[in-house]
Amino acid sequence: MDMTHSSKIPEILKIHEADLLSEWNQELIATNTRKGLIKEAELQEECREFLKLLRIAAQSGNLSNIQALEWREVREMLSSISRSRSQKGFTPTETATFIFSFKRPLFDRLRQQLHDSAELGEEVWQATDLLDRLGLLVIEAYQKSREEVILRQQEEMMELSTPVVKLWDGILALPIIGTLDSARTQVVMESLLQKIVETGSEVAIIDITGVPTVDTLTAQHLLKTVTAARLMGADCIISGIRPQIAQTIVYLGIDLTDVTTKATLADAFLMALKRRGTTIARK
Amino acid sequence: MQKIEEMKIQSSADVVLVRQAVRQFAIEVGFGLVDQTKIVTAASELARNTLDYGGGGTVKLETLQEGGRRGLKLTFDDQGPGIPDVDMALKDGFTTGGGLGMGLGGAKRLANEFEIESVVGEGTRVIVVRWK
Amino acid sequence: MERIPILQMGEFLLVTIQVDMHDRLAMTLQDDLTNRISQTNANGVLIDISALEIVDSFIGRILGNIAKMSRVMDAETVVVGMQPAVAITLVELGLSLTGIRTALNVEKGMALLRATVGEPATEAIATEWDEEDDAED
Repeated sequence: MDMTHSSKIPEILKIHEADLLSEWNQELIATNTRKGLIKEAELQEECREFLKLLRIAAQSGNLSNIQALEWREVREMLSSISRSRSQKGFTPTETATFIFSFKRPLFDRLRQQLHDSAELGEEVWQATDLLDRLGLLVIEAYQKSREEVILRQQEEMMELSTPVVKLWDGILALPIIGTLDSARTQVVMESLLQKIVETGSEVAIIDITGVPTVDTLTAQHLLKTVTAARLMGADCIISGIRPQIAQTIVYLGIDLTDVTTKATLADAFLMALKRRGTTIARK
Repeated sequence: MQKIEEMKIQSSADVVLVRQAVRQFAIEVGFGLVDQTKIVTAASELARNTLDYGGGGTVKLETLQEGGRRGLKLTFDDQGPGIPDVDMALKDGFTTGGGLGMGLGGAKRLANEFEIESVVGEGTRVIVVRWK
Repeated sequence: MERIPILQMGEFLLVTIQVDMHDRLAMTLQDDLTNRISQTNANGVLIDISALEIVDSFIGRILGNIAKMSRVMDAETVVVGMQPAVAITLVELGLSLTGIRTALNVEKGMALLRATVGEPATEAIATEWDEEDDAED
């Protein structure tokens, strides 16, 4: 690229800002298929703000490196637009259209102002390069905000999936639902042991009715939890071992002889009550 | 920013100091309580080995940053008699010092990465890394 | 010399470990404790480790030794208050401290000791050997 030749784009942005804005607005409104998701006034305001920041950034003469300091405000604005678009339910295409729809008004303006075809070609290339970069930035920001949502949901699910509940004075229950992988088991283990200390519960029932399969690793994790609880002075009962899981455990050669197991949570609860010297009688 | 510290291990009081320093590093790296406890326990085992079997030595503590993840690396060095059979020494229950023989094998289980180099008559180097 | 205090509570001994023990201190505790069991004729030992931030194989071995030694001297040992992070680490380390009885806190540990040692029997004997019982208190 010829760097000695200074681009006309900054100047055009400056002189024709009002015209560019209104043409871009029309363009956007025409292509906006999701009218319910964003108000026209809001869209106009966003365009006005973006054009202003774009003009200021372009005056620096740097049109190729949008990671530079002078483009910071543009980057921040686009990130925040992408974030709000993704939250509102826009698709990535619709979100990126915000930037790409500015191409036509800008290119039209370039054509009007520049009559030398070589110069025009050069300027159009610069403009398209810049807008493409900004468009990609929008997509990346969109993607990032989606990933944040996924991460947050994973964390929430992790917490949701390990509710330690108090069944009785001194008796806790941990109903596990879903597959137990190492990361999840660590969370489960820690929250159960922490709750044992907090509540001073001597018996904890780990119910695995909702666990689809048990492999060697899962069984080892369970055994470790039981052993750790024992070291702290609490007993664990494992309940809800379904027939196929019982078969798997035996085939895998996992030794559960040191662990108290019960068929159902109710059986385990009854046993825990007995251990605490409590009996239930029908009136 | 990377943080490095080197400490000597010449007495059982030094082992306590190593544990405290490792705890401090682990907190700075951002380890949770369980991970802190694991790396401190591994450090305690290895520092004791350095003292009891290596006749004393040094430990180097380093914080690590690799891509997005952070970790803690500990390097134990001694100029002791060395270990003739490393595989045997890693087995649970193997001991020449009257301990439970859980030191090396246990430390290995508590770390994410474990390396041992030993030359008979020259000394032993054990490296453990735990990632956040 | 630095020492971990051993308290006598009736027929039980209570040890609360509150410092990061170096190995010699742990060995001293083992010696002191066995001596005190024989001096006081205690029939129960309670070791509170709730303030301990780690238990490594050495401390684990000392705890196991104390339990075995005191059993030979007719005293039960209960280790109380192990923190979750410590317990998880011990399991990962490969130590399950078999043979050591545990309880969640001092209160529950006391109850466990009383249930194990069996107070009624002790009282019955106490009336027969009044003199010795006084000396113990």
